[in-house]
Amino acid sequence: MDAYMQSRILIGTTLAFHIIYATVGVGIPVMMLIAEWIGIRKNDPHYTLMARRWARGYTVTVAVGVVTGTIVGFMLSLLYPGFMRLAGQMISLPLFMETFAFFFEAIFLGIYLYTWDRFKKPITHFLLIIPVVIGSSASAFFITTVNAFMNSPAGFRLENGEVVDVNPIQAMFNPATPSAVFHVLTSAYMTSAFVLASIAAWFILRGKRNDYYKKALRLTMVWGLIFSFATSIAGDVSGKFLAKYQPEKLAAAEWHFETKSHAELIFGGVLDPETQEVKWAIKIPNALSILAGNSPDTVVIGLNDFPKDELPPLFVHYLFDAMVAIGSFLTALSAAYLVIMKWKKSWEWSKFFLVLIVWAGPLSMLAIEFGWIYAEIGRQPWIVRGFMKVIEATTTSTEVGEVMAMFFSLYAILGIVSTIVLIRIAKKVTVEGEAEKQGIALLKEGE
Amino acid sequence: MSLELIGITVLWLFLYGYVIIASIDFGAGFFSYYGRITGKEGVISAIITRYLSPVWEVTNVFLVFFYVGLVGFFPDIAYYFGIALLVPGSIALVLLSFRGAFYAFDHYGTKRIQLFHFLYGASGLFIPASLATLLTISEGGFIIEKNGEVRLLMWKLLTSPYSMGVVILALVSVLFISASFLAYYANRAEDKEAEELLRWWALFWSLPTILASFIVFVTLYQHNPEHFESMLNHQMYFILSLLFFLNALRLLILKRSYGWMFVSVALQFFTAFFGYGKSHLPYLLYPYVTIHEGVTNPIMGQALITAFVFGLLLLIPSIYLLLRLFLFNADYLKGKTAK
Repeated sequence: MDAYMQSRILIGTTLAFHIIYATVGVGIPVMMLIAEWIGIRKNDPHYTLMARRWARGYTVTVAVGVVTGTIVGFMLSLLYPGFMRLAGQMISLPLFMETFAFFFEAIFLGIYLYTWDRFKKPITHFLLIIPVVIGSSASAFFITTVNAFMNSPAGFRLENGEVVDVNPIQAMFNPATPSAVFHVLTSAYMTSAFVLASIAAWFILRGKRNDYYKKALRLTMVWGLIFSFATSIAGDVSGKFLAKYQPEKLAAAEWHFETKSHAELIFGGVLDPETQEVKWAIKIPNALSILAGNSPDTVVIGLNDFPKDELPPLFVHYLFDAMVAIGSFLTALSAAYLVIMKWKKSWEWSKFFLVLIVWAGPLSMLAIEFGWIYAEIGRQPWIVRGFMKVIEATTTSTEVGEVMAMFFSLYAILGIVSTIVLIRIAKKVTVEGEAEKQGIALLKEGE
Repeated sequence: MSLELIGITVLWLFLYGYVIIASIDFGAGFFSYYGRITGKEGVISAIITRYLSPVWEVTNVFLVFFYVGLVGFFPDIAYYFGIALLVPGSIALVLLSFRGAFYAFDHYGTKRIQLFHFLYGASGLFIPASLATLLTISEGGFIIEKNGEVRLLMWKLLTSPYSMGVVILALVSVLFISASFLAYYANRAEDKEAEELLRWWALFWSLPTILASFIVFVTLYQHNPEHFESMLNHQMYFILSLLFFLNALRLLILKRSYGWMFVSVALQFFTAFFGYGKSHLPYLLYPYVTIHEGVTNPIMGQALITAFVFGLLLLIPSIYLLLRLFLFNADYLKGKTAK
């Protein structure tokens, strides 16, 4: 294997690992903010306890998020020195600002975690979570603009290989930025809500049937619905962005070869690459044109309009479909939960439903993975679309293989140990124990 | 002042900030583990935990800042270092990750696991060693460019007396800076027993620091005479550094004004660090990259400086709040407030 392939595998694995922790790192503070706020508004200590428990787990995930994020940052120049030399001239501003945002978050998170009982008014402590939310979401915003730049570079011109007319603001607010940021933030919030819902459902299944868990499940499922709804809107906006600025990526996801209007949306199926025929797929007439431009008359550019060596691999179709399928399922699941919560309370804790919710968290995370792999593989062969191919940016070093083993072991250890630590926290520091310590009453089911 | 000079000054300040804060952190990790295995845990661990817990994440950011700023202001250096530093940089990264993660696992987990503690205590000494070699590489002689290919001479780096001198200096400085800060912190917390122990540790590591500095001077003369010459032209900084060191030593012996003692230590390293950096210029990577050739376009440079100023306006009050709540809050220092 050459350095090109090794580098792709290494950076791909790093990102796939980092994104798990980064996603909950962005989303969980929002859930903490919501829970603590409700706790103050309703004067209900259960919600405050919820925020506090989530914060405890969050410190572990955020630690892994921080260190893997640091690795991603450095790895970009270690594996792709050519990328940093070129793109650094246009896009280092948001990279720089991301560090500030993270710095801001880290400072207030440190204060937040150690000041639960230090202020007379609970609202003072609540105020500390706001900069944490701003910092983590702003971090996601800045780093997403860099990724957006790779998809739709803007804010510079190339003249004889030299970069001229640099406009850092334009580079940052490139055409992909609005849809990408919108999609990244909403999906992170959604995933975090479902991950927390999964945990609550899991405990209820294990017999912890009291009103703390009832409130936790309701809160996370309701917000899960809100955020999954927002995510589907963001997905729609992203589809329209792709159709206009990165049509080969959308076409690859939909196996759309001929440029035409009234294009159909293809779900699943098997492709014959020779004849470009798709078998056994669910085909929805006009839907791709509607996704691309809100009207069946919208002309969607097909893959045959691009040079063969500038197309992404076509298996991304399955990634795209899996992401959309999971998203739709989770929206339906949380909507159904809301209906049951209002009109059919006796089903609320039915085993069938709880098991589905336990799966919601992992599925949601899987959708994040599929979405990101689609976003990255779908940009191939480019690292900066239209300007630099991945292979041109790759390091000339011959030692990528050696460091690869080192990083893989690191991720394995971090992944396993962080999971064990989290499980142990959840098991040892129980809701019941904490409630008793703080003098909070818990009502058993039916009491 | 030109753009590249502003850029490198800002970055150098950040690196200095990282050196001090990370040294305190690395040393504290080592001391707390050392205390644990020698049965002195009870004396110092409370002090160290109370200081470390709220600030550990902040430490890492300084390093990332330096790096992102360096890539932003001087994209060329990212290219050279990116290729040459794949292996040593990766080792440093893995160590840093280990340390950060295991600190969190150890502290936020439900059980204190000795292995976790060891991992983060020991990695704290390897990290400064590996980061110090990165600084050594910038002296030149370890990276060659042949037919457009950049390569690091790993073996030469590992066996160079200069490189070894820098590693030793980094290690003892970490322990000296950390012990002197923690002695000050223990003094503020009015913890007599911890104060005495940490004061003794600071004294123990003080002379090796100066000794190691001399070794570095001598070996640099052999490794890069041009830089050595330039350092002699900036000797004022190094003399100042020595004076600050002597003052810190005096206060440590007299057990007086711990605050000024630590300020002296910080200034000792500031002057030496500044003098070293200034005499290193104009080279970023000797002799391939200078700050004049490697600098980014002026528009990006200005944007970065603007972002930097606004960022500071946001951060300084936040850091002040953090320090007030944890570092200069008498009740918190004495462990009186609930955790």
